[in-house]
Amino acid sequence: MNSIHDMGGMHGYGLILREADEPVFHHQWEGKVLALARVALAGGLFNLDEFRHVQERMPPLQYLSLPYYERWLEGTIAMLAEKGVISADEFAARLAELSGEAS
Amino acid sequence: MTSDEEVALRVRALESLLLEKGLVESPAIDEIIDLFENRLGPQNGARVVARAWSDPAFKARLLANATDAIVELGYEAVQGEDMVVVENTHAVHNLVVCTLCSCFPWATMGLPPVWYKSAPYRSRAASDPRGVLVEFGTAIADEAEVRVWDSNAELRYMVLPERPAGTDGMGEDELMALVTRDSMIGVTKALEAPAS
Repeated sequence: MNSIHDMGGMHGYGLILREADEPVFHHQWEGKVLALARVALAGGLFNLDEFRHVQERMPPLQYLSLPYYERWLEGTIAMLAEKGVISADEFAARLAELSGEAS
Repeated sequence: MTSDEEVALRVRALESLLLEKGLVESPAIDEIIDLFENRLGPQNGARVVARAWSDPAFKARLLANATDAIVELGYEAVQGEDMVVVENTHAVHNLVVCTLCSCFPWATMGLPPVWYKSAPYRSRAASDPRGVLVEFGTAIADEAEVRVWDSNAELRYMVLPERPAGTDGMGEDELMALVTRDSMIGVTKALEAPAS
């Protein structure tokens, strides 16, 4: 399917922005997202093709606006909900609980 | 836009649920982060390139079957992907991209830089590679052929940069210092030998 991720040859994205001495991860949570997704993949909770596809079928505006590891994060959350591992309600409840602690 | 604190909280929520359900364990998470932060990276690819520059038999094996040749140096594919190494010469300049996302030779180069995963690079490397090379300050002769390799989940490409002039007497460690991540993606050439 031809969707927003199929970027080869698209026009209008501008100059390539490079960062000198770029760290492997820009935030601690980025490494955590990568690791959680890899463990979930290794454990067979979903497969690599499904994981790419869940990102590729995001609405174009979401796909383009999310930084890379946020796309991984939202893809993982969506995948686990679709597979019945962590429901959207369960995730929302845990998030509310942790926000309560944090504030 | 989501603030970093909000994102970090979403990650904590995900992690805590997976831990609670026994689907992940903390040591496995730490191990993966350590692997990508400390053990995988372009220093591995630089070793492969320096060996290929120094050892013609290794270079021949690398170009014939990169997956097996890099294992000789102890660099295993992270998720079973195959590797192909393409050689830059005066006549041919190779450039690697992943137009669909972010595929990259993890075993030899670790995780890709942000620009490699960005829309400007992914879109333009395929349609205007010479323009991209100019943007990286890389001069390629008009008569040289430019080849673009589009990576995918099963097949990862790495460029064997051209060995710089004036490096004949150099050992592998000295050569390694001239091999940059960007030269193995093909957006730049290897560094020039320091003037002696």
